[in-house]
Amino acid sequence: MKKRSPTLRKAKNLLALLSAGLSAAIGIFFLIWILWEITDKGISSINWEFFTELPTPPGEPGGGLGNAILGSVIITLIATLLGVPIGVLAGTYLAEFGHGKFGGLIRFITNTFVSAPSIVVGVFVYAIMVVPMKNFSGLAGGVSLGIIMLPVVTRTTEEILRLVPVGLREAALALGAPYWKMIVSIVYRAARTGMITGIILAVARVSGETAPLLFTALNSPYWPSGLTEPMANLTVTIFNYAMSPYEDWQAKAWGGAFLITIAILALNIFSRFLAQRGTKG
Amino acid sequence: MEKMREKTKTLLPDHVPVKIRVRNLNFYYGKFQALFDNNVDIAERQVTAFIGPSGCGKSTHIRTYNRMFSLYPDQRATGEIIMDGQNILGDDVDLIELRTRVGMVFQKPTPFPMSIFDNVAYGIKLKAKLPKNELEARVEEALKGAALWDEVKDHLHALGTDLSGGQQQRLCIARAIAVEPEVILMDEPCSALDPVATYKVEELIDRLKERFTIVIVTHNMQQAARVSNYTAFFYLGRCVEFGPTEKIFTAPSEKETEDYITGRFG
Amino acid sequence: MPRPSKRRSNDIIEVLFQFLTRFSGSFILILLLIMLASLTWEAWPAIKKFGLRFLISTEWDPVLGNFGALTTILGTLISTALAMLIAVPLAIGVAIFLTELAPQPLRPILGTAIELLAAIPSIIYGMWGLFTLAPVLSEYIQPWMTEHLGFIPLFDGPPMGVGMFTAGLVLSIMILPFMASVIRDCFLMTPQVLKESAYGLGATTWEVIKDVVLPYGKRGVIGGLFLGLGRALGETMAVTFVIGNAHELSWSLFDPANTIASTLANEFTEASDPIYLAALIELALVLFLITFVILGLAEWWLYSANAGGRKS
Repeated sequence: MKKRSPTLRKAKNLLALLSAGLSAAIGIFFLIWILWEITDKGISSINWEFFTELPTPPGEPGGGLGNAILGSVIITLIATLLGVPIGVLAGTYLAEFGHGKFGGLIRFITNTFVSAPSIVVGVFVYAIMVVPMKNFSGLAGGVSLGIIMLPVVTRTTEEILRLVPVGLREAALALGAPYWKMIVSIVYRAARTGMITGIILAVARVSGETAPLLFTALNSPYWPSGLTEPMANLTVTIFNYAMSPYEDWQAKAWGGAFLITIAILALNIFSRFLAQRGTKG
Repeated sequence: MEKMREKTKTLLPDHVPVKIRVRNLNFYYGKFQALFDNNVDIAERQVTAFIGPSGCGKSTHIRTYNRMFSLYPDQRATGEIIMDGQNILGDDVDLIELRTRVGMVFQKPTPFPMSIFDNVAYGIKLKAKLPKNELEARVEEALKGAALWDEVKDHLHALGTDLSGGQQQRLCIARAIAVEPEVILMDEPCSALDPVATYKVEELIDRLKERFTIVIVTHNMQQAARVSNYTAFFYLGRCVEFGPTEKIFTAPSEKETEDYITGRFG
Repeated sequence: MPRPSKRRSNDIIEVLFQFLTRFSGSFILILLLIMLASLTWEAWPAIKKFGLRFLISTEWDPVLGNFGALTTILGTLISTALAMLIAVPLAIGVAIFLTELAPQPLRPILGTAIELLAAIPSIIYGMWGLFTLAPVLSEYIQPWMTEHLGFIPLFDGPPMGVGMFTAGLVLSIMILPFMASVIRDCFLMTPQVLKESAYGLGATTWEVIKDVVLPYGKRGVIGGLFLGLGRALGETMAVTFVIGNAHELSWSLFDPANTIASTLANEFTEASDPIYLAALIELALVLFLITFVILGLAEWWLYSANAGGRKS
């Protein structure tokens, strides 16, 4: 019999825990570094003009990314208008009726789609919208973000609706309410906070997407003038400006990156705050 | 001087050897004090039962014997728990060594997500690297000791989690005795089991006391009366009465003990 | 007579409601089928012209109109493998730290922080990689690695800052918060009493993690790693900024390279030739199939984990 030395076991323990602590330190170091860099380089570009002015050509001082900010809001709005209703209804289907094999298949595809590469969605929307319409457009950008949003909303809706107790549904049905009324007036109402939280998170998720907009909305140096025209948007602008050789454009890209990071973090924190208040109340 | 003598005086009959001597044990969950000046003596190779209404501190008390509470930074104990001459509440105590000497069985069966064999072998393998046949012999012995061998010997490599509740609990006992501890703590080991499984575990406890010092927490007074030699009655964090089991159940000296035993509260 | 008409309108709404939910539910399946069909349709000229050769050819010549996907497929796989190699141990370490080591009051805060970081868009990571990390790498890290590890061809190359190595590194930092938070959730599922039983047998913290926490959450952890893998494979922005965009295979990790996603991002809008565009769309199709299979496996694996979990 070989006795295991307790000292060796404790040394191993210490070593393992130290490496866990070290990896946490490494991870936190990099992430703080990134946040610091974004803030440090981005915050100086943020001023009133940044939100209200059109971009200026390289070398010309002043100007802003007002058109890109507005464009991003419009595109995200289109995505929300498309993705949320279908996603909520699809989530309702999965939670209420999707118990069979077909429901399982839909759930499987939905979950797989959540992490599918967004650039492929961009290529797909290019093929079905940009090619036939012969034009890049803000609408196509909205559609591709809507497609990315759809499975996210579907999944969270299903999860939230499943948390609504069966007793509540049965009580409503026992009062003679038709099924749709029970869902709309009881289940949706009970799950309201959770659903709103999920939708906000989905909006946050798509508003940082760049890849699907590259060949759908494209970009534009002008104010958005119509949904069927190429539309300026923040993320593609960041990409183009960052890759450009001009320092003032790169500074604007940092400003945009800072803005979008803050916006997404704020949406995430806000949704958490809502969710927490919802569980307390 | 008077106090010193009080402190070392045994609470057990003079001829009974003491395995664990608990004096002035206080316990805190953060700022909340859960135990107040507990004094108990645990007799060697006997069964000691802790009874009392839920929330009285009996489980908290038992978790000090293997310093399980030390996993949680906001929990602390003061006083003395002397086991074989050493105060196990001291800062210099090697918790890993202590816990191999003081085994524990929990309220709900807690088989690890591995095979029956590996569950029992786990504790042995932590301490020593044995040749295969020796390890197998130790596992078999532990399973026999826990009266589970005949039921599982043909599928030792099935998952421990696939056994029935009663079998899982005996597996956990086998796992605890496999490392050959000196003391086994049982925290309501039968509360999740049906009557037949409970009977088997009680029978097992009776056999195990020949080899181990056993401390069992139970909310079931009949069980305490059936299996234990000594009983401590806890109420509101205090050890109200401690003595031989027959005396506690037939002629308690404290009114609270009597009220509890006769079912007037609890 | 309001009642019968109300009942009738209720019936109509009921039918409509059922139809709408069912249709919306099926929509994702329809979408998947249309997606596969339209990508195949648009890629058809390239599929017809190059056949299976497309997958094994390293040629990428827009001038002559000859296209092969091997360079970009390998680039995708290598950058992802590099990212996983760095991120997986770190993510497990972070999860252990968050669940077992960090001071109790800090745990939920740090856990939330990690989840928030997972929400930061990938373009941020890419930008940081290009402007901050790449100069540091080319100035200090890469020359040092070439000097000391240069005998391995992998680390012998020009210290340009951008290239496969940087892409893998940025990718690993990007998937780290996501994987760490998934693994953390799995670790948190281990019942406290199960950990106490292992401690009760005299196990050290590491032994409890290795023998109880990891096996207990094994399925979830592996599923989470696969989800991270799927994300890394399809990631565009974190990679495009820093990989250097070169259609050449090289032994050195410091050389510029390409992935499917970065090729699409860089060349799609410039592809004027129909066969060029078809080849790019075929690349997209290949990427979609690869990630869909990997993510599908992860989902299936996690699903059986849940089914198994419910049983016990």
